[in-house]
Amino acid sequence: MKQKPIVHKKDLRWWELLYIPQIIAGLKITISQIFRPKYTFQYPEEKWIPTGAFRGRPVLVEENGIERCVACGLCSRVCPALAIEVQASETNLQKERYPVLFEINMLRCIFCGFCEEVCPEEAIVMSKDYELTFTSQEDGIFGKEKLLVNINELKDRLEYIRQHH
Amino acid sequence: MELLITVIKIIVVMLVMLGIVAYVVLLERRLCAAIQNRIGPNRVGWQGLLQPIADVVKLVFKEDIVPSSANRFIHDLAPIISLGVAMTTFAVIPFGNRINLFGYDIKLQIADVNIGILYILALTSLGVYGLTLSGWASNSKYPLLGAVRSSAQMISYELSMGLSIIGVVLVAGSLELDTIVEMQSGWRWNCILQPIGFITFVVSAFAETNRLPFDLPEAEPELVAGYHTEYSGLKFGAFYLSEYANIFVSSAMITTLYLGGWQVPFLTELGLPDFWVSIIQVFGFLFKVILIIMFFIVIRWTIPRFRYDQLMNLGWKFMLPISILNILITALVILLVQ
Repeated sequence: MKQKPIVHKKDLRWWELLYIPQIIAGLKITISQIFRPKYTFQYPEEKWIPTGAFRGRPVLVEENGIERCVACGLCSRVCPALAIEVQASETNLQKERYPVLFEINMLRCIFCGFCEEVCPEEAIVMSKDYELTFTSQEDGIFGKEKLLVNINELKDRLEYIRQHH
Repeated sequence: MELLITVIKIIVVMLVMLGIVAYVVLLERRLCAAIQNRIGPNRVGWQGLLQPIADVVKLVFKEDIVPSSANRFIHDLAPIISLGVAMTTFAVIPFGNRINLFGYDIKLQIADVNIGILYILALTSLGVYGLTLSGWASNSKYPLLGAVRSSAQMISYELSMGLSIIGVVLVAGSLELDTIVEMQSGWRWNCILQPIGFITFVVSAFAETNRLPFDLPEAEPELVAGYHTEYSGLKFGAFYLSEYANIFVSSAMITTLYLGGWQVPFLTELGLPDFWVSIIQVFGFLFKVILIIMFFIVIRWTIPRFRYDQLMNLGWKFMLPISILNILITALVILLVQ
């Protein structure tokens, strides 16, 4: 943008000092804004759908009916808010280890996305879910049944991670 | 019978005015939302039409907090003064011509005072007390600063307001608002005869109602909320309502003094029955008032706040000389015409 020349007050004519033309110019801008489209989302009916870059509720990736997680505990280790608890166990599957218990305390989670960054298996990712409500502290601790989300719903985020991490 | 008619008039006007003032709050919120590319309150009732009622209910049920070091009596008195003054000013404003209802010839004006303009000027000066006392009684620094500013501002702008009214009085030759309105029949509106006086009066009206280019008494970034910082619940509601009532009364004054009051141009030539002419005139008056109120609101979102010294400079070095000049020119023209 080209910079406008500086106008000193002493150079103004008397009708410019009256400010009335400027007030009318300002009113024109204000009134023209009234007829522009609105940006408001009528929230409960009309919801905002985030892009892949959005860091919502962290979830576990579920592929072919089982979680990808191998319970290495890195996410729990890196979590600055100490929100994640993992308990590992052995399994006959190829990955050999799986989490018996995987809990994220959503009252503590700060949505920093470190767990996702540190995960070697792309097993924990940030989802698009931003509607988090619970009525008691116990409800705020999300177990495996709430955390497991099918891989098809997380395509955007996985693609984003591969591009940018 | 006369008394009964007057009482009915007072009740009807009070209720209608309270309703309009409540809906002016909604209008302001919707219009400011539109200017800021938002939608505004649209959930309570159809398009938010019940929002004012919800607001009032909320304010009534809120706790009334009085600072422990406040002067309780004056703290309670201040909002009453503010609201009372704002509501009583409308008493002398004619909102319509005579109307024939159920065989009675009713004048659409509560009190036909022959010094109507003086009455308005006296009452709007009293409005300063509400603000000043609230700031002083709160015993808190920000309200006090707001109150001091508001008294200085209102006194400075009262002068140019009064002086610009004198121009109208000179043209009309009367202090009676009814006569002033009747003088402006057809297109002989005072805003055409008195353009300078019109502008100075509108600017002073902005300053008198503490609206945005001059809202120093409640400048949010500097003074929290100004004079009503320490108020809550119904008493805050009274201040809030009185602010909008002041806007309504000021718009009614601008309409009466400069925009022909209830006169609707070319209406009498249509040959409608008298009853309908009167009704249309009342709605014409309301239409003009609402337009001015919308102008007030749009200006609020257009012009930034004045600095305190700029406000005083504008008031004393610009508005006052210009309104005196206006009186001189008007007097000279009237002298030459006669």
